[in-house]
Amino acid sequence: MQKRLNPQAAFRGNLGQVRRQVSLACIEGLDFRCPLAHTCPMPHDHSDDAHPHSLLPSEPALRVKALETILTRKGLVDPAALDAIIDTYENRIGPRNGAQVVARAWCDPDFRAALLKDADPVLADMGFHGRQGEHMVAVENTDTLHNMVVCTLCSCYPWPLLGIPPGWYKSDAYRARAVREPRKVLAEFGVTLPGGCAVRVWDSTAEVRYLVLPQRPAGTQALDEAALSDLVSRDSMIGCGLAGAP
Amino acid sequence: MTRVHDMGGRFGDGPVVPEPEDVRFHAHWHPRALALTLACGSLGLWNIDVSRHARECLSPGDYARFSYYEKWIAALADLLVGTGALSRDDLEAGQALEKSPLASRRLEASAVAGVLARGGPADRPGGNAPRFGVGDRVRLRRMAENLTVAGGHTRLPSYAAGATGRILRLHGTHVLPDSSAHGLGDSPEPLYAVGLRAGDIWAHPEHPQDEVVLDLWDSYLEAP
Repeated sequence: MQKRLNPQAAFRGNLGQVRRQVSLACIEGLDFRCPLAHTCPMPHDHSDDAHPHSLLPSEPALRVKALETILTRKGLVDPAALDAIIDTYENRIGPRNGAQVVARAWCDPDFRAALLKDADPVLADMGFHGRQGEHMVAVENTDTLHNMVVCTLCSCYPWPLLGIPPGWYKSDAYRARAVREPRKVLAEFGVTLPGGCAVRVWDSTAEVRYLVLPQRPAGTQALDEAALSDLVSRDSMIGCGLAGAP
Repeated sequence: MTRVHDMGGRFGDGPVVPEPEDVRFHAHWHPRALALTLACGSLGLWNIDVSRHARECLSPGDYARFSYYEKWIAALADLLVGTGALSRDDLEAGQALEKSPLASRRLEASAVAGVLARGGPADRPGGNAPRFGVGDRVRLRRMAENLTVAGGHTRLPSYAAGATGRILRLHGTHVLPDSSAHGLGDSPEPLYAVGLRAGDIWAHPEHPQDEVVLDLWDSYLEAP
């Protein structure tokens, strides 16, 4: 009986070598389409199993642990650096940063004008800059315009001002619905706008990040900046809430 | 056609569920997933557009099934293999037998604060002069697709493609993701905030005055 050649097996035999060459080229030139694009005849039509990630354990906690172990042993990741990153976003950067900015804008007309005109230098002066806040724009709510921020394509968010995005901001429901029915979404946050107020939804499709300046609540004339900042919720700076009453 | 991530306007996703401000993570492995992704990003093997495209390249089934950080980790594994930093054998074995030649690029704990504070600005000198000014009417490209690479990365959402709007602001000249995600260079272009009337993109707008604003590159736009 004639032994049949398995063309797939022959193809697999060459694959390791091809992949190594391609991988080196990738590092030089960042020629990245999809991890399988180089070896897959239909680059974007491969099955789930073909993705390298499917080689890791499927349970998320084990998957992350496995990848950290591999990367640490390879010398590509320093666990102490991971701890430092986590500490930054758990304890150092969060929505109280943005709340300080809003409270100052409520109190200082010159600051507010400068912030609305060109936010980056103003925020840099306050120490709020960096990853995912490189290009900031502040947009102000008024009696006739309510601003709201979303990223329909991923979950872009102004990290230096607001910290890690909340779960709902990253949810499919918010990404899908905020642009089409912002008022229904606002209702789910307990917010109802008057009929004379238009909604402007900013879909963060580029590297520009938006900070909403909510309206200052009535009856807060006597409060100082620190007290005012306590009234500024994270959700109000995304446009999914209003600043709270004192 | 675009990909599964392009979900703006989609029906059927259910309610948005608010959560308290002090919730940072929803599982013990989330902070680790975040930190691993950022630490590997600083190896300099890919840029933000490449990493976004890697998440978008997850199969539609995986994309829908995976939570946020599961997408990050899956895309990270794919990127590490795609760039040669890890091999499939490394992933399969669950351990690495030898140090990587890229280990000298490792992000050290002492460098974390500086790296996060620097970020990665996307504005660039050069590019063409802006073709449009504030107030100008523009039409968005009809096809929400990468024009150079089939199935490639783009930041033009399909719900807005083909609509007519007006320029609200100029953001300067920024890296073009459609190029940058595929190793084709920064190809900087003017970037604009473009306002679309809700009634021009949705069959059932909630309010006649409502608008959606998108940040769009010069080549995404044409004179109406």
